Amino acid sequence: MSRIIGDVILDLQNISLRFGGVKALTDISFDIREHEVRAIIGPNGAGKSSMLNVINGVYHPQEGKIFYRGEERRKMEPHMAASTGIARTFQNIALFKGMSVLDNIMTGRNLKMKTNILLQALWLGPAQKEEIEHRRKVEEIIDFLEIQHIRKTPVGRLPYGLQKRVDLGRALAMEPQILLLDEPMAGMNVEEKQDMCRFILDVNDQFGTTIVLIEHDMGVVMDISDRVVVLDYGKKIGDGVPDEVRASPEVIKAYLGAGH
Amino acid sequence: MIYRENGQFKTTYAADQQIFTIAQDKWFVLGLIAFAFIGVPMLADEYMFRAILIPFLILSLAALGVNLLVGYCGQITLGAGAFMAIGAYAAYNFMIRIDGMPLIAALLLGGVATAGMGILFGIPSLRVRGLYLAVATLAAQFFCDWAFLRLGWFTNYSPSGSVSISNLSVFGWSIDSPIEKYLFCLIFIVAFAFFAKNLTRASIGRQWMAIRDMDVAAEVIGIRPMWAKLSAFAVSSFFVGVAGALWGFVHLGSWEPAAFSIDRSFQLLFMVIIGGLGSIMGSFFGAAFIVILPVVLNQILPALGALVGVEISTAGIAHAEFIIFGSLIVFFLIVEPHGLARLWAIAKEKLRLWPFPH
Repeated sequence: MSRIIGDVILDLQNISLRFGGVKALTDISFDIREHEVRAIIGPNGAGKSSMLNVINGVYHPQEGKIFYRGEERRKMEPHMAASTGIARTFQNIALFKGMSVLDNIMTGRNLKMKTNILLQALWLGPAQKEEIEHRRKVEEIIDFLEIQHIRKTPVGRLPYGLQKRVDLGRALAMEPQILLLDEPMAGMNVEEKQDMCRFILDVNDQFGTTIVLIEHDMGVVMDISDRVVVLDYGKKIGDGVPDEVRASPEVIKAYLGAGH
Repeated sequence: MIYRENGQFKTTYAADQQIFTIAQDKWFVLGLIAFAFIGVPMLADEYMFRAILIPFLILSLAALGVNLLVGYCGQITLGAGAFMAIGAYAAYNFMIRIDGMPLIAALLLGGVATAGMGILFGIPSLRVRGLYLAVATLAAQFFCDWAFLRLGWFTNYSPSGSVSISNLSVFGWSIDSPIEKYLFCLIFIVAFAFFAKNLTRASIGRQWMAIRDMDVAAEVIGIRPMWAKLSAFAVSSFFVGVAGALWGFVHLGSWEPAAFSIDRSFQLLFMVIIGGLGSIMGSFFGAAFIVILPVVLNQILPALGALVGVEISTAGIAHAEFIIFGSLIVFFLIVEPHGLARLWAIAKEKLRLWPFPH
């Protein structure tokens, strides 16, 4: 592969997150390097999605520090994280059901659209020009994801696999630095999984996007990721390249139980 | 057969982003607007203008405003009547307190004042949603009912509590006759429908719909919920406020707070639900249904009665009107919960294939 793994882009240090008395994450530290594919795995309820929610500002950890590009990140709201270049897809598809595929992906361009509401109401020059400019970008993403034929379809009517693809498209429209993927292949058949893997690797390769991936399909994880973090009951029990993690006794214990 | 998009190719994104992407739609709507400007004034009589057409146009505008908020941004409001009142009273005060205030400026400033109040009463939407928000917006209704009744300043200390505006004129064009009033309202409604359509197909409209459909995801892709919701409240209130000002100035001429009671709020919400949430066209359908249908029933029922040889008393007609009107609402909501606009869309879908079923 031609891509070069760069420096640490996001550094999480001693993150702890509690909901009342429930400890979702306990003292977790790991880093994410530029251009890498970083997987987070673990059994159900291990805190993987919570981890993503911490990264993009939905949850606020009680303890720990987050450094993004070397700077400590203060209090963060999701839309602020988005404007610093962190995009994500959702485990249960969270598309805008009433809107077409095109509009869903166009919504991802929102942060880059600057004309004011008056110009938009009058559909005057700059607003129209901006709309066309971003439409061009969106069409590139539509081509990339091979969903040209459904661009005008309301997403509510699409089958599951395509919805997942649109979800990815919407995140890509933001031209993110870091792309968080929450189980992008859950519930897919083999062909759909292969397609999705191809898209993820292409995004990583062509746009140099750093990818953080939660996935249950171990074959996929071991295949496409550069480094893997393993969580169990909100604690980190493994971190390293896929082969290291696979061989770690702790990880085997978490997945298969003791005594093996 | 006629309604086909075959051969209408688009080679630019601009062409694909037009309001009407199918040529027949465009000509149909342009024809309708032309008919409304030229045909209707020749055909309709004074009663039609006063009782049906002017109320229909103004309430369509208000329904359009409510639809932007409820249908596009998903924030339920029961305060639309109050916002109409704010628009009417604000425009009235601009008119009487500032010398030489042009009529159109007063109407628009009424809308701007309403937008400000809309933002204020929209603040609870940042915390509560759904039915709870509906109850919170009810506060606007009660507050306005009280304020315009009790605070004399708003009504310029008129002893009877009612206010009136006369001698409407724009650039020397005095608007007295029903036809002129109708045309004046028509200009407003066409312009505002155009603005509404533009907003909903632009980035701001997508933000509203994103908040409506999935607010968590919307925030994650960088939409600020506060901006999206409050801008929806502001724009919606602006529309409703202008409609309220027109209602007071053009339709009523003189009015008191009861003209904008909670009944009006419910009526507007029903228009939007029956017409179709999230559809510009639907706002017009809904307004037409609620304004015109009772009048039509009123006219048709005696004729129907005479046909089968039954004399229906005036009271009987009034009762039957309510019964039929109510059952029609239930009927339409069962047949198509997404409103008349969806029925219209389905009809167009079918027409594209007609006469071949597949």
